[in-house]
This record gives sequence, C-alpha cells and structure tokens, in this order.
Amino acid sequence: MEIRKLQKPLVYLILMLLSIFFLIPVYVMVITSIKPLDEVSLTEMWSLPSTIDLSSYSEAFGKLAPNFMNSIYLVVPATLFSALLGAMNGYVLSKWKFKGSEFLFTFILFGMFIPYQSILIPLIQFLREIGLYNSIAGLIFVHVVYGLPITTLMFRNFYANIPDEMIESAKIDGANFLGIFRHIILPLSISGFVVVGIWQFTNIWNEFLFAVTITQSDKQPIMVALQNLSGSQIVQWNVQMAGALMAAMPTLFVYILLGKYFVRGLLAGSVKG
Amino acid sequence: MEPGKSLNIGNKTRVEVKKRRKITKDQWMAILFLSPSIIILTIFVYGFIGWTGYVSLSNWNTIIPDFTFAGLKNYLFLFSDFRFQADLRNTIAFTVLFIGLVIILGLGLGILLDQKMVRGESIFRNIFFFPMALSFVVTGVVWQWLLNPSTGINLFLKKFGVEPKWYTDTTILAGFQWGKIEFGLPVAILAVVIAAVWQMTGFSLAMYLAGLRGIPDEIREAAKMDGCNEFQLYWKVIIPLLKPITMSVVIMMAHISLKIFDLVYAMTGPGANFVTDVPGVYMFETTFRGNYYANGAAIAIIMLLSVAIFIVPYLWSNRRGNS
Repeated sequence: MEIRKLQKPLVYLILMLLSIFFLIPVYVMVITSIKPLDEVSLTEMWSLPSTIDLSSYSEAFGKLAPNFMNSIYLVVPATLFSALLGAMNGYVLSKWKFKGSEFLFTFILFGMFIPYQSILIPLIQFLREIGLYNSIAGLIFVHVVYGLPITTLMFRNFYANIPDEMIESAKIDGANFLGIFRHIILPLSISGFVVVGIWQFTNIWNEFLFAVTITQSDKQPIMVALQNLSGSQIVQWNVQMAGALMAAMPTLFVYILLGKYFVRGLLAGSVKG
Repeated sequence: MEPGKSLNIGNKTRVEVKKRRKITKDQWMAILFLSPSIIILTIFVYGFIGWTGYVSLSNWNTIIPDFTFAGLKNYLFLFSDFRFQADLRNTIAFTVLFIGLVIILGLGLGILLDQKMVRGESIFRNIFFFPMALSFVVTGVVWQWLLNPSTGINLFLKKFGVEPKWYTDTTILAGFQWGKIEFGLPVAILAVVIAAVWQMTGFSLAMYLAGLRGIPDEIREAAKMDGCNEFQLYWKVIIPLLKPITMSVVIMMAHISLKIFDLVYAMTGPGANFVTDVPGVYMFETTFRGNYYANGAAIAIIMLLSVAIFIVPYLWSNRRGNS
C-alpha cells in the first residue's frame, strides 16, 4: 500500500508529460492559425497571438472549400456502399458458413493488408479505360472495392455476437435467407453500421495515395489540396495551420461525438484480439 | 485457381441438395450474396497484383506502355540503386523504432491507465487517442513545422544547448558501407518516427486497455497470493497473457510502416541523400512523376512481399484458430 502511495505522483507526472507531448501539435496549430501574418515568424512560434486574427481561416477556406466539398461527395456514398456490402459478406461469413467459407474470408481479408501501390498501375489503366479516371465517381468505386475487406471483417466480428439460436428459430418459423437478413439481422445492425460507418468515414476522408494518383486539380479531395497548400512556399504558415485544422475538423468532430464507436471499430478491425 | 475454388463450393452444395432441399436454396442465396465481393476482389486485388507483377517484368519505363519481357532487369536495377538501397535501410530503421515505441508507449500507458488509482482516466485516454482520427497528411504538415530545425521544439532545446537538425540531418549513426550506401540509423528518420508514434500510439493503447480489462481480477489476486510483487505480476503474468494483443499490434503496425507513404510525403519528402525516403515515396515519384512504370511496379511488388512475410503466416494461423 505504501509503495502505491509513493507511485501515485509519479504516475500522474508521466501521464502529464506525455499529455503535453500529445497536445503540443494542437496548441501550435491553433495559435498559429489565429495569428495575424506579421506575428507568424520562426522565433515567435510558441507565443500567444497579440490579437485574434481569423483572416488565415478565410484564406484557407477560399483555397480549400471546393476540395472540402469533393471529400464530402466522396466520403458519403463510399462509406454507405462499402458498409452495406460488408454487412452482406459479414452475414454470410458468420451465419451461413459453408465448406470453404473460412478460406474465402481469409481470401477477402488479405486485401486489407496489401500496399495499394501494388495495384495502382493497373487500377489507373482500368479507370482510364472505363472513363472514371480523375472523377469523384472513380474514387468512390476504388474506396468501395478496397474497403470491402475491412468492412467484411468488422461485420463478421459484429454478427458473431448475435446468437445462432435466433437464426435457427427463425428458420424453423419458415424465414429464409433474405428474410432473416432483413427482419432480424439488419434491425440488430444499427450500432454495427455506426461503428463501420465512422471507421470508413475517417479512413476515406484521411486517405491520400488514391486521391493523389487518381484525381487532379479541381477533382482533388481535401487532403491532396492540403498537401499542395503546404508544399507551396508562398503560402504562410498561419494559413497552412488553418487549412490543416479545417481538413481535420470533420473526423475530429466525429471522434469527439462518437469516440466510443471509433475505438470499438478499431478493436473489431484488428483481426483477433 | 480461385474460380476453381468457388466451383468446389458449388459442388459441395449440390451434394447437399439431395439431403435437404430448403437449406440448399438458402445456401445458394448465401453464395450469391458473397459472390460480387469475391469476384471484385479476385480481379482488383489478386488480378491487379498479377498485372503489376507482369509490368515489373516488362520494359515499360517510358510514357508509352511497352510490355516486352525484361526478365528481372528492373529488380536488379533497384537492388543496385543508391536510392532504393537507402529506402531499404530507412524502412528497416523506421519499422523497428516505430513498432518498438508504439508497443512500449501503448503498453506502458495502458498499465498506468488501468490502475484504479488514476482519476480522469477518460480524459487522458482521449488525449492519447485523438491523433488516430487525423490524417497522416495533417500530422505531416504539423510536425514538419514543429521539427523545423530553425523553429519549433528547437526554440526550447536551444536553452539547454542542443539543437538537433531533425529531418534535415544527414548523419547515419553506427554506419558502415553496404552496397552503395552507408547502412545504419539515419538520424533524420527519427523525426518521422516521432510523428508516426504520436499518431499511432493510441492504437496500441486501445488494444492493450481492452486486453488488460479482459484479464479477470482473480488472476491478479492469485498471483499476489503466490507472493508476486507488482512488478513480477506484470512481467511474469500480465504481459505474457497479453501476447496475442502484442502480436496483433505488431502485425497492424508492421503493415502500416512497410507501406508508409503519406506521412513521409507530406512531412519531409525524400530528403537530402534520401535520408527520409521510403519505398512508397520512391514508387510514387518514379511511376507517376518519372513514368518509370516497370521500376515502380517492381518497387510495389517488393513492398507487397515484405508485407506478406508478416501477414500471410498471421492470417494462416488465425484461420486455423477459427475452424
């Protein structure tokens, strides 16, 4: 007991120091983004602004707003479709197992781990071929396809917790495959859809490799536009920080509101605990 | 091979037709439900990997596709290339440091937060979790500014007389000549490791917290009855029990780290002497900026193989564990 008492301040000290490390980027992002241009200098990085100047936000907004909207048009349908397909796969792979279904599950799952560089060249050729290159529709398609493994995994783990007896008794009552899916599984899937939806929303919003290779200029999602903004030497740091905050806002907002589900998704998506 | 596999399943179900008519119709529906995804992934994952493999063996190193057979020319070029050798060194250094730190921090914080004496546990937890909701691009932009050698953290460190050059440092620690490069620990990669650890520690922390909470109190009590002190309890009992979690964290972090692209691209780029370059960045630049498609494809295949070394045994053992 006495040892534990001595430990207590030490535990808090470690937690505090690490919290500072984790919050420093937020502090710098926020204070830099509200500084007037003449206070954004290399030596004054840590000091608070003398006045709050939001002009960097209006500049960042002017530059990034169209791309922000692109990301919205991309993320909403891509999340919905990939979640729906994941639910269908997860239903079969958890409740209608057949000989070889475990193999097919692994076959699907492998797609989650591949470096996307290894499919990128044919993918771009294919998208050019069907006329979806450099379009939001093309990106939606890509995210639905490559989102399938993770959504399948999450729904499979989620449905594994629904007792098989429910399915069995529904079968005895004469319900068929589709009937069970519609009337039993889907109504029980709401929190599953929330978890998968948040996960896909965050991932697709934050994704960069597909976005930067498949789209150009006015079709680019927010992360590519942010990267371009920070790559150009002319743009001041306060505008870059305001842009970074703007780009991070939707996923941060979702995390703050529904963080519990976000963590649940993380656990459901890490294969087996 | 894969269509053959699904045919097999068809045959199996057909055998069941004779036994139970009703189930079989549902079984067919189940296969029908699954088949769009299987077909799509057969083409877009396995087929496209095959196609990339084919491109990597071709002469397509100009803007116009050229599929004439080049053998292993592109691979031989890469392994003798200064930039790619540097990439291999950097990836090894980055992966080892990144995974090690994420595990130590995640486990350490998990154990601290799991103590019943900590108040405000959920506040701390959220502070450590929130970077996961951010994009690697955002992380890269912010840490590029924080670790800029003439500003940022260095304004503090200067007072203590140290001024690390962070990602602009070209020193290789413990270096020795290896092929065309100096092998060792590139100091500049530490800056990228810091940013990546900042972003991903929450992941391992969440996993370890879930694991720690799954360990019943009886086990802790039994260990204490046997005379374990606090340290022994963790070292000899809890941490071994968390081994499956550690495995999962290693697998998830390894595949993120071996294919990392966006963080490096947004934060540092290849760097002087390629001290912060990684295969993901090289592949992107040589393919889409330089039109060396065959070289890019070869890099991608090497990346895939490096991930597969970790993933395939893991998926295989999980599959056997399931059935």
